[in-house]
Amino acid sequence: MVCACGKEVVDPKKEKLKELLLQYQGQKGALIPVLQGAQEIYGYLPKEVMEEISRTLKIPFSKVYGVATFYAQFHLKPRGRNVIRACLGTACHVRGGAKVFETLKNELGIGDGETTPDLRFTLESVACIGACGLAPVIMVNDDTYGRLTPDKVKEILAKYE
Amino acid sequence: MADVTLKINGIEVTVPEGTTILEAAEKAGFKIPTLCHDPELSKPGACRICVVEVKGARNLAASCVTPVAPGMEVLTHSEPVINARREILDLLLSNHPEDCLTCDKMGECALADYAYEYGVRRGSYQGDKNVYPIEDNNPFIVRDMNKCILCGKCVRVCDEIVGYSVIDFINRGFKTKVAPAYDVTLAESNCVFCGSCVTVCPTGALTVKDTRGKFRPWEVKRVKTTCPYCGVGCNFDLLVKDDKVVGVAPNPTSEVNGRFMCVKGRFGYKFIHSGDRLTKPLIKKNGELTEASWDEALTLVAEKLGEIKAKYGSDSIGVLASAKCTNEDNYLLSKFARAVLGTNNIDHCARL
Amino acid sequence: MRKVLICAGTGCISSGSPKVTEKFQEELSKRGITDIEVYNTGCHGFCEQGPIVIIEPDKTFYCRVEVDDVPEIIEKHLLGGQIVEKVLFHEPQVDKKVEKYTDISFYAKQQRLVLHNCGHINPERIEDYVANGGYEALRKVLTSMSPQEVVDEIKKSGLRGRGGGGFPTGLKWQFTKDAKGDKKYVVCNADEGDPGAFMDRSVLEGDPHAVLEGMAICGYAVGADEGYIYVRAEYPLAIRRLQIAIKQAEEKGYLGENIFGSGFNFRIKIKAGAGAFVCGEETALLTSIEGNRGMPRPRPPFPAVKGLWGKPTNINNVETFANVPLIIKNGADWYASMGTEGSKGTKIFALTGKVNNTGLVEVPMGITMRQIIFDIGGGIKGGKKFKAVQIGGPSGGCLPEELLDLPVDYDSLIKAGAMMGSGGLVVMDETTCMVDVAKFFLNFTQKESCGKCVPCREGTKRMLEILEKITEGKGEPEDLEILEKLAYNIKNSSLCGLGQTAPNPVLSTLRYFRHEYESHIYDKKCPAGVCSALLEYKILEDKCVGCGACARVCPVGAISGERKQPHKIDPEKCIKCGSCMEKCKFGAIVKG
Ligand SMILES: Cc1cc2nc3c(=O)[nH]c(=O)nc-3n(C[C@H](O)[C@H](O)[C@H](O)COP(=O)(O)O)c2cc1C
Ligand code: SF4
Ligand code: SF4
Ligand code: SF4
Ligand code: SF4
Ligand code: SF4
Ligand code: SF4
Ligand code: FES
Ligand code: FES
Ligand code: FES
Repeated sequence: MVCACGKEVVDPKKEKLKELLLQYQGQKGALIPVLQGAQEIYGYLPKEVMEEISRTLKIPFSKVYGVATFYAQFHLKPRGRNVIRACLGTACHVRGGAKVFETLKNELGIGDGETTPDLRFTLESVACIGACGLAPVIMVNDDTYGRLTPDKVKEILAKYE
Repeated sequence: MADVTLKINGIEVTVPEGTTILEAAEKAGFKIPTLCHDPELSKPGACRICVVEVKGARNLAASCVTPVAPGMEVLTHSEPVINARREILDLLLSNHPEDCLTCDKMGECALADYAYEYGVRRGSYQGDKNVYPIEDNNPFIVRDMNKCILCGKCVRVCDEIVGYSVIDFINRGFKTKVAPAYDVTLAESNCVFCGSCVTVCPTGALTVKDTRGKFRPWEVKRVKTTCPYCGVGCNFDLLVKDDKVVGVAPNPTSEVNGRFMCVKGRFGYKFIHSGDRLTKPLIKKNGELTEASWDEALTLVAEKLGEIKAKYGSDSIGVLASAKCTNEDNYLLSKFARAVLGTNNIDHCARL
Repeated sequence: MRKVLICAGTGCISSGSPKVTEKFQEELSKRGITDIEVYNTGCHGFCEQGPIVIIEPDKTFYCRVEVDDVPEIIEKHLLGGQIVEKVLFHEPQVDKKVEKYTDISFYAKQQRLVLHNCGHINPERIEDYVANGGYEALRKVLTSMSPQEVVDEIKKSGLRGRGGGGFPTGLKWQFTKDAKGDKKYVVCNADEGDPGAFMDRSVLEGDPHAVLEGMAICGYAVGADEGYIYVRAEYPLAIRRLQIAIKQAEEKGYLGENIFGSGFNFRIKIKAGAGAFVCGEETALLTSIEGNRGMPRPRPPFPAVKGLWGKPTNINNVETFANVPLIIKNGADWYASMGTEGSKGTKIFALTGKVNNTGLVEVPMGITMRQIIFDIGGGIKGGKKFKAVQIGGPSGGCLPEELLDLPVDYDSLIKAGAMMGSGGLVVMDETTCMVDVAKFFLNFTQKESCGKCVPCREGTKRMLEILEKITEGKGEPEDLEILEKLAYNIKNSSLCGLGQTAPNPVLSTLRYFRHEYESHIYDKKCPAGVCSALLEYKILEDKCVGCGACARVCPVGAISGERKQPHKIDPEKCIKCGSCMEKCKFGAIVKG
């Protein structure tokens, strides 16, 4: 990119991606860690980024896409600023996780895997986040909330902008 | 390598170590159905239609990927085996359009053939089906992913033989599909339309566009020929119906290319009966090309060439041969250039 | 010196332990106290009671400790030598507060060997591990045992894989050792995907060096110089602790080149998973490390012969590796003296569901289910009646009351139609619908099917659809037979363990709770009152005082009524969430 003053403008995300690719270039089994790193940089996996990864690692584009769509961790669309993971794993299921999830859906007006139009929240159901002792559990970003009941949901959501 | 002796359906068979049960069974004369297996491609063991019972094993074994072992006792058509195969066919058909009547693949569809063989009339499960639009926005291949059974042969052929890796599995589980990156059409991808995927596809998911609805496989005569397009010299069959070439099909006995071709050989046969094709020589008279007899035309060419040679010398003439001609034709042309015209200016295009 | 051990496992962190730690440090330094050490530990397995604070050497166990409790603990206990009653654990069976963790029945009846360090050492300090005898086993094998002796010792111990299959570990090591190859790998399976199981996570977070040591010993035994740990992406804390542990072990020379001057080299790398349950299956895991879609490969060839990048690879579970140093240190005979004929040593279970004490319990093999649920787990929550226990996660099965006295080991569970799996134990009471449970597990496996093979990809979908139909009241009499036939064929012909075991929860519930399926199909009733399509919520006019609490809580506005008048539920609008029933103080709302 070149701006009006004529100087090269570096896109910090692109620089980071370059670094990441450099770090992994020529390594066996690099695709998944690179996709993870790229998603860390961009928040999701934009098409151009996947193309760049395919070119640099010399892995067919179709395979890069195939891998990205196989794993639940990868996202091809922009996501909300806050990601809610509602556990519907066994322990949470038998302790009312579904009700908490329903309430979340109603409060946010979105379904599983969807993002609110204002990009404030993305809602996802997951199967066990390993905090089963506290079931039912949700995670908002890196914060875990346990022993939940539906009426606590509103309060939790309010904490996140 | 050492030999291994095992029993298949009670019959003793001896095969080299490393042979699969499928190969051993074939040797012993037992036919085991396969859908995802192709001897020229890597073996995923995915479709499970080839399962057999191995005495002492907890589950049925996929014969296409299970190597034989000494003393093994295999049953290729026991009750659990038949049940499993029927179930697999039932499950596949339950997520499949009921379209055999108008399907281009009918007659050489592995799925339909096995359904017939195992008596599975239709899918018995009423539930979700994957529904995809039929893709025919390119001149060569129709992709109907509703008929795809995800055997993955197309993925492997494109990757392992063609080397383009245009397509791969995308998504997971019941939503798995074969597609180019971002699920675009072949036309929007880097596909070179070699048709190899069509060749290996066991069902009507991938078919040749031009020949849709034109013939049933049993109606055509197959005539083996050599591709007229380039120096590779691929062999394949012309499909002939009512004395007309209606299509091209691979011929596995082809020494040069096996079952695989490029887009020209695979799809470029229509010039044969094209109305644009020249069948008589044309001579330009008063600025217009008009039909002439061969005598007339050849006499004219001979005269003109003679004139040029006399006036400007042999080296003022050049000859361009065609890769579409046979070796014999091209040999003759070379002789003609060097011995008759007296020039070494002869060349040709290696491909077209 | 007094020590304050504060749990910093994932469970306790989420219930606020970092703030408690901070508060302790702050309050102690405010008071100028320096002779009390405060540090974080890994999980105690009793996360439900978190944040957990232990005072040593008093063995005092404080639970659900809040920031505001900290000054009191310092003043009263640390300075005054008195116990702070209100944060003691309340034993539900005997309705009594208990002071010491050794007296809490949840712990008293366990045999914590693999977990012995968890909750007691600081997992981020290798010195703590070494002080408790860590890396002695590695030193022992490297300085005094041949690789074959190590393999023989593991064989003799009778250790079987804790990842689910229960394959004899020594034998697996032998296969890898005997496989020809210039390069071999050791892989630790830390993908722990069974919903409801978190023992591997606890070990990784609480005692990461035990796993590293086990892997290094394995590397020496099989002739590998490189190891990978494949950790679920959902376990960031475990990944961090492992990174720290690897770095510290390398600094100390327990990993890296020429370990203990023996000439043996071993390095360990971490691979983070990307969210696919099937990658816990060993061939899928290897395919995933190689950078592909995690689709299983047919076996044979087994990983021991052709594994990671085609090289012989020994793959074991976290808990399996964590057992190894113990066996080497204490001897195979000691280990084999615990457990049953075919299953030796201890097993960690993740006890959850409708039981009083939920958490991780480590018990000797062969203990009965009744002991686990009633002695350690403290019985069923709310005094309800036990109905079933699901063991082994989505690949396991449900066991009914009649089997409560079954000794828990690999073989007896298989016979009963369940399996050890990774050791998830979900207790269910009379309010649990077994058809719903089967549907829940099938929904999970169906979503996680990789899609490679037909029986699993298409078959689990159809099984789920039939179960959905039944729970919606649309089941037909022939459905049960179809389910059984389909289940049998899927088990018999699927490519990998996921499909081969996915029908187990359905088959085991059909075996022991067939009548519940039949009620759904014939009577269109859900006896446990769970399947919402077969339920209706009603307000009893004579009990309703018209407080309106139900109407306020109803998420869809299905309840109407005048104040002080009996309210009514509009069955068209009601989504059967049950919130109103929970809210009503007068018991005026019933379902049925
Ligand atoms: C669908 C599926 C999921 C599995 N998940 C795990 C897992 O999360 N952790 C694990 O250790 N083993 C898992 N296994 C078992 C592994 O395939 C393998 O048997 C195990 O890692 C071997 O280690 P072990 O012998 O120490 O048990 C799974 C198997 C299947 C079929
Ligand atoms: S692909 Fe085969 S089974 Fe499917 S419609 Fe065509 S002929 Fe019938
Ligand atoms: S036509 Fe050839 S290049 Fe195109 S997808 Fe098929 S095999 Fe690949
Ligand atoms: S398109 Fe044909 S070859 Fe490709 S996976 Fe589907 S059925 Fe197999
Ligand atoms: S044009 Fe294509 S099909 Fe024909 S011979 Fe050449 S490579 Fe083969
Ligand atoms: S059984 Fe299921 S998970 Fe395993 S290979 Fe088949 S489709 Fe994939
Ligand atoms: S069950 Fe839920 S939806 Fe139905 S009336 Fe009660 S609160 Fe409202
Ligand atoms: S089941 Fe919800 S955290 Fe494990
Ligand atoms: S032919 Fe053997 S599994 Fe498909
Ligand atoms: S995290 Fe603290 S007890 Fe489990």
